[in-house]
Amino acid sequence: MQIAWDSFTPFASLAGGLLIGLAASWLVLMNGRIAGISGMLAGLVDRAGDWPLRLAFVLGLLAAPLVWRGLVGPLPVPQLSTPLPLLLLAGVLVGIGTRLAAGCTSGHGVCGLSRLSPRSLLATLSFMGSAGLTVFVMRHLLGWS
Amino acid sequence: MAKLLSALIAGLLFGLGLLLSGMSNPAKVLGFLDVSGRWDPSLALVMAGAIAVAFFAFRRAEGQTHSVLGEPMQLPDKSRLTLRLVLGSVLFGIGWGLAGICPGPGLVLAGMALPDGLWFVAAMLLGMLLFRPLSRCLS
Repeated sequence: MQIAWDSFTPFASLAGGLLIGLAASWLVLMNGRIAGISGMLAGLVDRAGDWPLRLAFVLGLLAAPLVWRGLVGPLPVPQLSTPLPLLLLAGVLVGIGTRLAAGCTSGHGVCGLSRLSPRSLLATLSFMGSAGLTVFVMRHLLGWS
Repeated sequence: MAKLLSALIAGLLFGLGLLLSGMSNPAKVLGFLDVSGRWDPSLALVMAGAIAVAFFAFRRAEGQTHSVLGEPMQLPDKSRLTLRLVLGSVLFGIGWGLAGICPGPGLVLAGMALPDGLWFVAAMLLGMLLFRPLSRCLS
């Protein structure tokens, strides 16, 4: 292993993490809900009874870049390199997988681990492990950058 | 109305956190997942920071039956370890590793009106729709 010091952003990442933790804290204390993004979306797809609340949360996420531009300035530029067919496959796998597991990085990773949930710990280890393995296969075995 | 506004604020804060942290940059996420290559450990700090705050909120929430706005506390089960949980998480991880995008950052990228973000979210919603018939076959 080699650390990529040139792209290491400890302060911004920690500050962003604190903000994410604040968001999850806000939602559970104010609304009594887990800030699980895949769960919110799944409830919208299934038109669950509480869909207005889910929609409000999702709209907040969608509006974040707009608000960032208004408050902070130019947006950080995301670097995307996945070819479209793979991107679509990735999206479908994320959709099916997060429903089957009832959670993703936010619901299991942030909220579940904060609750010291064994279920979320198992989920987080499983998705971090398979994601790391996927990157290893793609980059180092198949030679995709 | 207050409940909806509150959920909107939570989503907004979450999205700003994703932007600030680097989670909404797929290349950075892939750099974090690439432990055996040139590893960028930044995103471990995102998780650490988020848990450091949320840990206290959830400890408080778990002792209460209702939220500040009077809604019932809806906290899912913590202990049921199932094959579905592992299988679903593994599938999710493969998707995450292919593109470097998980659901929250996907929405933020879609909010930036980036074609790749919109395609990813469309495919993710399709996956969620496909899940229903699939789930019937599994059970």
